[in-house]
Amino acid sequence: MKQGSRLSNMKKSTKTNGITYLMLLVAFIVVQIFTATDSMTNLIKGLLVPACIYIIMAVSLNLTVGILGELSLGHAGFMCVGAFASSFFSVCMRDVITSEWVRFPLAIIIGGVVAALFGFIVGIPVLRLRGDYLAIVTLAFGEIIKNLMNVLYVGLDSNGFHFSMKGTTDLGMEADGKVIVKGALGITGTPRDSTFVVAFILVVITVFVVLNVVNSRQGRAIMSIRDNRIAAESIGINITKYKLMAFVVSAFFAGIAGVLYSHNIATLTATTNNFGYNMSIMVLVYVVLGGIGNIRGSIIAAVILTVLPELLREFSDYRMLVYSLVLIFMMLFSSSPAMVNFREKLSLKGKNKSKKEKGVA
Amino acid sequence: MALLEVKDLSIHFGGLKAVDSFYLKIEKNQLYGLIGPNGAGKTTVFNLLTGVYKPTSGEARLDGKIISGKKTADVNKMGVARTFQNIRLFNNLSVLDNVKTGLHNQTRYSMLTGILKLPGYFKKEAEMDKKAMELLEVFDLHNEAQTLACNLPYGKQRKLEIARALATNPKLLLLDEPAAGMNPNETQELMDTIRFIRDKFDMTILLIEHDMRLVSGICEEITVLNFGQVLASGETSEVLKNPEVVTAYLGE
Ligand SMILES: Nc1ncnc2c1ncn2[C@@H]1O[C@H](COP(=O)(O)OP(=O)(O)O)[C@@H](O)[C@H]1O
Ligand SMILES: [Mg+2]
Repeated sequence: MKQGSRLSNMKKSTKTNGITYLMLLVAFIVVQIFTATDSMTNLIKGLLVPACIYIIMAVSLNLTVGILGELSLGHAGFMCVGAFASSFFSVCMRDVITSEWVRFPLAIIIGGVVAALFGFIVGIPVLRLRGDYLAIVTLAFGEIIKNLMNVLYVGLDSNGFHFSMKGTTDLGMEADGKVIVKGALGITGTPRDSTFVVAFILVVITVFVVLNVVNSRQGRAIMSIRDNRIAAESIGINITKYKLMAFVVSAFFAGIAGVLYSHNIATLTATTNNFGYNMSIMVLVYVVLGGIGNIRGSIIAAVILTVLPELLREFSDYRMLVYSLVLIFMMLFSSSPAMVNFREKLSLKGKNKSKKEKGVA
Repeated sequence: MALLEVKDLSIHFGGLKAVDSFYLKIEKNQLYGLIGPNGAGKTTVFNLLTGVYKPTSGEARLDGKIISGKKTADVNKMGVARTFQNIRLFNNLSVLDNVKTGLHNQTRYSMLTGILKLPGYFKKEAEMDKKAMELLEVFDLHNEAQTLACNLPYGKQRKLEIARALATNPKLLLLDEPAAGMNPNETQELMDTIRFIRDKFDMTILLIEHDMRLVSGICEEITVLNFGQVLASGETSEVLKNPEVVTAYLGE
C-alpha cells in the first residue's frame, strides 16, 4: 500500500515531465519535416529561433515567479546583458576563433554567466529583504541596463579596450582602432550563429534544468519559501541562499536567450521593445497565461503568442483586439489551480495585508 | 545540565512588556507545559526561543549554547523545532514533500547532483522517501502522502506540522497549542501521540496549551505565564492548586 502510493508519486512527476519532453520532441520533428520538404513560409522560418528565445525566457521567468514566488519585472534586463556580453565577445573573437562550433558555445556560456552575475548582484541586496521589493528593483534594473547600453561606447585598438559614455571620438583610439559598441547604434557584425537546432537544444537544456531543480531538494526548499517563509526558516532553510539560487539560475537562462537573440540579427540595439519594460511584461504574460509554476504551460503560451500575432498580421486591425480578448478570457476563466490562486491573491490582497504583517503566531 | 535553560528573557514591543524576565529550565526527555491566559505571551516566548524575535534582554541556552538572538534557521540547525499556533504548512506541496522539506539538512546532495540527476540523487531521494514515510506512519498520515497539504482536514494538518518539525531531527520540540480546534477524541489521540513521540524519539517537548486537561494529563512540570511574567512553575499538580493560578484562569 505505502510502497504503491510512493511509486505512483514518482511516476506522476516523471509522467508529466515526460509529456513535456515528448511535446518538445514532436515539435522538433515536425519542424524538421517541414524544413526537409521546404514547405514553410519565410515568415514561419523567421519565427523559429524567436519562438525558442521566448520559450527560454518564459520558462526561466517561471522559475522566479512560479516556483520561487517572487515577482520580477526586469527579466528582459538579463536578456539584454547576455545579448551584449556575448555579442561583444563574438565580434572581438570573430577573427581569432574562426570556428563557430567553438566560438558560439563560448558566447553562450559567457552570455549566461554574465547575466547570472548581474542576477547575483541585483538579487543579493533585494532578496534579503522581506516583502515584495524584487518587482520594483528588477523593473529599475531593466530600464537602467537598457539606457546604459544606449550610451556605452567601446573600442579596441593596439593599446587594448577603450570605454566612453560620451561618444566615439571620446574613445581616444589609435588609427588602427575599431569601435565595437556604438552607443545607440549598438553592436553590428555579430556572426549569425543562432540556428534553430542550437536554439532548440538550448530550450531542452533550460527545460531539463528547471524541471530537475523543481524536483530536487533545492527545489523543495525554494517552493517551501514561496509557500511559507516563516515555516521554511523554522525547519532550517537558508532563505536568502535559496531565493538567490532560483533567481540566479533564472537570470542565467535569460542571458542565454539574449545570446540567441543577438546572434540572430545583424545589428544589436537596446530598445523598449526588445530589452525594455515591454519585453519583460510580455514574457510575464506568457508565464501567467501558461499557468504560474507550470513549465509546460509556459512553453505552449510562448509558442502560441509568438506565432499567433504574426499570423494575424494580415488582419492587423483586429490583431490587438483578438490578442487582448484571449488574454482577458484566460485571466478570467482559466480553471488551472495556479490561475485560480492568482485571482484569489489579487482579490484578497488588500484584505489580507493587515493580518499578514502582524507578528508570528 | 538542563537541556534548555532560559534566564531573565524579556521583549518589549514599544511600551508593552510582552515577555518580562521569563525563566525556564527543562531537563532532557521531559514533557513540559507552558500555560496561561490568552495574550499572556506564550507564543512570544516560542518566537524568542526560535530567533523570530530578538530579546530585549536575557538569554536562552540549549545544551549550554546560546540560541536566543540567533537566526531562525540556525536555531533549528542547533536542535530546536517548532509548530505554529496558526498552522503553517507548505500548502502547495504534497504531504510527503512537506516532510521531505523538513529533512532538508538531514539528507543532503549538491545542486549539481539534482540538476544532472546523478546516481546520488536517486539514492538520497529514496532515503528521504523512506524516512519521511516512516514519520508519516507514526502520525497515521501515510495513506495521504500524495495529498496536497492544503487539502488535509484540520486535525491532520496539525499532525503533519509535528511530523515536519520532527524530520529536522531536533533535540527540543516546541508545540504551540497542538490541540487547538480539535474535538475531545482527537485531543485524546493527540496526547497519546505526543507521549509516544517523547518515548520513541527520546524527545524533549515544551508545549503551549490552553486546555488544562491536556496539560495535567501529560506534562510533569509546567510554567504559568500571566501578562508576560512567570506566575508559578513546578510540578503540574502543585502549580494547578496554586491560588494565584486559579485566579488568573478563573478571572479570564
Ligand atoms: N510583533 C508584535 N508586535 C506587537 N505586539 C506583539 C507582537 N507579538 C506579540 N505581541 C503582543 O504580545 C502579547 C502576547 O502575545 P502572544 O505571545 O501571542 O500571547 P499568547 O500567550 O496568547 O500566545 C499580546 O498582547 C500581543 O498582542
Ligand atoms: Mg499564542
